[in-house]
Amino acid sequence: MQALYAQLLVGLINGSFYALLSLGLAVIFGMLNIINFAHGALYMMGAFVAYFLLNLGGINYWWALLLAPIIVGIFGMILERTMLQWLTGLDHLYGLLLTFGIALIVQGVFQNYFGSSGMPYAIPDQLKGGMNLGFMFLPVYRGWVVIFSLVVCIATWFLIEKTRLGAYLRAATENPTLVRAFGINVPRMITLTYGLGVGLAALAGVLSAPINQVRPLMGADLIIVVFAVVVIGGMGSIMGSIITGFALGVIEGLTKYFYPEASNTVVFVLMVLVLLVKPTGLTGRAA
Amino acid sequence: MKKSIASLLLGTALAVTAAGASFAQDKTVKIGALSDQSGLYADLGGPGSTLAAQMAVEDSGLAAKGWKIDIISGDHQNKPDIGTAIARQWFDVDKVDIIVDVPNSGVALAVNNIVKEKNGVYINSGAATSDLTNAQCSPNTVHWTYDTYMLAHTTGQALVKAGGDTWFFLTADYAFGAALERDTTAVITANGGKVLGGVKHPLNTPDFSSFLLQAQASKAKIIGLANAGGDTTNTIKQAAEFGIVKGGQKLAALLLFLTDVKAIGLETAQGLNFTETFYWDMNDQTRAFSKRFSARMKNSAPPTMVQAGVYAGVRHYLKALDALGGNPHDGAKIVEKMKSMPTEDDLFGKGEIQPNGRTIHNAYLFEVKKPSESKGPWDFYKLVGTVSGDQAFTPLSESKCALLKK
Repeated sequence: MQALYAQLLVGLINGSFYALLSLGLAVIFGMLNIINFAHGALYMMGAFVAYFLLNLGGINYWWALLLAPIIVGIFGMILERTMLQWLTGLDHLYGLLLTFGIALIVQGVFQNYFGSSGMPYAIPDQLKGGMNLGFMFLPVYRGWVVIFSLVVCIATWFLIEKTRLGAYLRAATENPTLVRAFGINVPRMITLTYGLGVGLAALAGVLSAPINQVRPLMGADLIIVVFAVVVIGGMGSIMGSIITGFALGVIEGLTKYFYPEASNTVVFVLMVLVLLVKPTGLTGRAA
Repeated sequence: MKKSIASLLLGTALAVTAAGASFAQDKTVKIGALSDQSGLYADLGGPGSTLAAQMAVEDSGLAAKGWKIDIISGDHQNKPDIGTAIARQWFDVDKVDIIVDVPNSGVALAVNNIVKEKNGVYINSGAATSDLTNAQCSPNTVHWTYDTYMLAHTTGQALVKAGGDTWFFLTADYAFGAALERDTTAVITANGGKVLGGVKHPLNTPDFSSFLLQAQASKAKIIGLANAGGDTTNTIKQAAEFGIVKGGQKLAALLLFLTDVKAIGLETAQGLNFTETFYWDMNDQTRAFSKRFSARMKNSAPPTMVQAGVYAGVRHYLKALDALGGNPHDGAKIVEKMKSMPTEDDLFGKGEIQPNGRTIHNAYLFEVKKPSESKGPWDFYKLVGTVSGDQAFTPLSESKCALLKK
């Protein structure tokens, strides 16, 4: 029984990454109608920016948490301005192919210079060590990841669903022409939204740097699972993607305990089941 | 009519002599370096293995003797179906003579069958499974560098003898992990130890915390890592995070490469014991080779033992071809010649290839240095002991290879 508690907690930790990444995807899909396949590459860039900041600039983890999302977010906004914006109104397939191509290029460039095994990034001193919870030894850093990502997820949800800015944003997705008529700069808002989604990916990258290796393919390995999470949660649903992210982390954790061989397929089995029963996803509205 | 028969005979005679001449003087060779070019094993094999093969060709001096040797490379992406498809195409369309490297035991065993079927030459350096020279041995295959039997009988045995008598395995769920766990378990039980349990994890797993918690709960003294590359580095890094070593359990990195140590960082990796058959900083010859090698690598990395094995294997293959005086394009015949010649090169020293295809050379027990002991960017290992080849690798009496039952 104790082992089960531990697995639940560990699942929650992995769920935090799924939640942060699928949240960014949901924001981008919901507001821009773009299936952002470059998300994994941007997540990887977040981790690399943290690595560079530390090793070239001596800038520590805490600043990286703030700076990496901004830097990668700006990179994302440049992508949106120069390439993605021309795809507005076209079929989803175009956005998917373009972002997939961007992901391959970015990963290829990093792989060319840094190989595939990656670089170490140490856990910040303040978060080293762990505590004994009775049923398991919880590394402080992992606890921090869960709490921090929960806060970020809820803040993002609040921003989009409960603030005036979020209301403009949602209105702009429904009817951009009408919103422009009210004097709101819709293209700029779209660019900023893409930057926000990308920033969330980069933030997840910084969070994962001390746990996993900082590797060029760290995003490619994760992104497929995250897409499954988004599909299960319902494309474009903010709360849906957060809840499914955490829930699937837990389910995956339990699979690792009961039948480890299936742990990297269980998410896809669930996806198939959900698509069969409720094609719009668990919380999705019919399009 | 008479005239046409005469010309036909003349034509046949010419064709026969032409074929004969081309047999004696055919000095063309095509080498295929098949590896994981971008995944979790790309740094330990990958483009570095292709470079190693290239350097072996250059150092052989055969070009000056009129040989024309080409190298092509392929990416098997750790998938047996892709690996076999490339191998088939190489033999059927590209007329490749020899396939080298092939890390990932699953792919390696699949390619082994193709090479035998096509009567090519197979010098495997990257894969670990000892089955390549045991149950699945082939007259076309030479297994260089290392195997699971060797890893079990060096690192595994040393740990059991030092008191680590209870084990829990974290095993990569494919041919390699299964073989390494099997061979290590045999050593543990033979030395009076016990295996308490294990988990099989999928290849390329980013998060090991669930598995590590199970290993922790088992209370085994040793947690045996029957995995490789990115999987091993993630396990070791996360084990440190979960306080496994501080809690009194010891990690047995049964297979650890130079590039893995680099990825983990000395801070976390220090003190780990493991076995390799090559390290760049062993002696003047290995240092000289590594200097030339890293100067041509994009990230300036020195060679891993897998890449060194590709170099040494190709050198030996070319020596055999030189001794034959031409390329007979008959894989089994070339491998037989390779087995009849003792091996000797700057990287692995003196050795031999046994009748089952296993290359025998020394194995070295290393310990990862403390950060304070390391003097350079790749200065990672301390030599702790040397195991002679006949002690490290499967004795012929234990080998189940059908080639031995003649």
